[in-house]
Amino acid sequence: MERFVELENVQKHFETKKGRFVALQDINLTIRQGEVVSLIGHSGCGKSTVLNIIAGLLEPSDGIALCNGREIDGPGPERAVVFQNHSLLPWLSCYGNILLAVERVFGAKEGKAQLAARTDAALALVGLSHARDKHPHEISGGMKQRVGIARALAMEPKVLLMDEPFGALDALTRANLQDEMVKIVDATGSTVVMVTHDVDEAVLLSDRIVMMTNGPAATVGEILEVQLPRPRNRLALAGDADYHRYRGAVLDFLYQKHRKEAA
Amino acid sequence: MSTAETFSPTLAAGPVATAARSARPRKRKTLLAAAPPSLQPLVRFIRWLVPPLLGLIAFVLLWSLVSQVSRGSLPGPVSTWASATELFADPFYQNGPNDQGIGWNILMSLGRVGVGFGLAAVVGIPLGFMIGRFDFLSRMTAPVISLLRPVSPLAWLPIGLLVFKAASPASIWVIFISSIWPMILNTAAGVRAVPQDYLNVARVLRLSEWKVFSVILLPAVLPHMLTGVRLAIGTAWLVIVAAEMLTGGVGLGFWVWDEWNNLNVEHILIAIFVVGLVGLALEQALVWLAKKASFGQGE
Repeated sequence: MERFVELENVQKHFETKKGRFVALQDINLTIRQGEVVSLIGHSGCGKSTVLNIIAGLLEPSDGIALCNGREIDGPGPERAVVFQNHSLLPWLSCYGNILLAVERVFGAKEGKAQLAARTDAALALVGLSHARDKHPHEISGGMKQRVGIARALAMEPKVLLMDEPFGALDALTRANLQDEMVKIVDATGSTVVMVTHDVDEAVLLSDRIVMMTNGPAATVGEILEVQLPRPRNRLALAGDADYHRYRGAVLDFLYQKHRKEAA
Repeated sequence: MSTAETFSPTLAAGPVATAARSARPRKRKTLLAAAPPSLQPLVRFIRWLVPPLLGLIAFVLLWSLVSQVSRGSLPGPVSTWASATELFADPFYQNGPNDQGIGWNILMSLGRVGVGFGLAAVVGIPLGFMIGRFDFLSRMTAPVISLLRPVSPLAWLPIGLLVFKAASPASIWVIFISSIWPMILNTAAGVRAVPQDYLNVARVLRLSEWKVFSVILLPAVLPHMLTGVRLAIGTAWLVIVAAEMLTGGVGLGFWVWDEWNNLNVEHILIAIFVVGLVGLALEQALVWLAKKASFGQGE
């Protein structure tokens, strides 16, 4: 489907004590089914706001947000979100956290055994079968984030929304998870919208990179098509001229055209 | 201490205080290091035990000193201990309504606290949930709660006596009123402190109201709620002794007053220790429970 997620002239403002703060303006974006799109920009540019509008957690102040031809009306499991800080419920085990989502989405049609099988499959997908019965405080940050990703994937969402999913992790863990995400995306053909501020992550994972201008009243600056063949491999791409060209283009946008003065 | 000498040139660059401070922990370490490895847990246990033990010994010494100085009008540790062994030899005797064993007194007081406290939990916790969830209700109840909360619980005793026309329900009423505030306020604060992330998970999953309550709100609020319960039981236990002194009947507070009338000061001292020990036990039990319910949060 050519226009799976559609944002038309989306504007978002917040009423503050100092008056109206316009966060986003004239956001026009269409996302195809099976496409991986990154939103990149300096912090405070409203990229998470765009993601939250697609998720339905925020409503656009003006303009239209459509998913699968229907107006987005509140959040729902067909648009699963991987939150920046994993947002696992600490009182449920890894298994329990995923099962909660699986039950909600498939509980009406499927039996207990099927739901359990789905949950275990999701854990296996992110390589965490061994941590099945551990609670979030017993596992590392990277593992928590993987459970968060497994929870979202287990819902078989039409769109997977990721809000800086690897932002809180150390560099090595982040690279490992990115590599895993490349494999998962290649294997499942999911539609993914990802917020990031990591240039390598954007180039490595995306089909298109949406570069946003600085706020307030941020908007889409440029869109870069990344035509690197899949499956992608971090090591092979390290010496790839195209990879560096894409990387350079994003860096150029962020640090030349829309440089943000350090606060 | 050749190591200290080899390191001292580097330390000399810094201020003298740094050198002095870094020398102290090293000295302390040698004490532990001197013991063979098999004895180290024992050494650590002794170190853990010595300060509280010293404190208790100092307390008992001070007590006997004061007792000596007062020429026996305050009983010393020895006579109190003798009286206590006699008392606890038969804790559950019954010689009519005004002369019962210490066991009955403890149980009666605990029972009143249990009932008043339980009623306060039944009313206060749901009310706290609603106040935390609905801003309107919060602002509606705020002036009343702010006005009534600082009132000494004992001020409610006459109202209890007036309404219930009996001593025991009146003291239960006082316990109820003294323990309800921390439960309401802490539960409400807990509901307000539920991380938005968890609620966003609920929204994305479109969980039913019941699921939101049972899977997210209740477990998230539980640690706060238990803090409220712990504060409430602390206050309730403080208040029950005073309430029973005023109302009479059976109970630790009444017993203290009764023994004062009998001029049996040993028994008053025993009662003080018993009240302290029971309060400590209640507190520790709830601390343990709160730790169980925190699911690794705040660790």
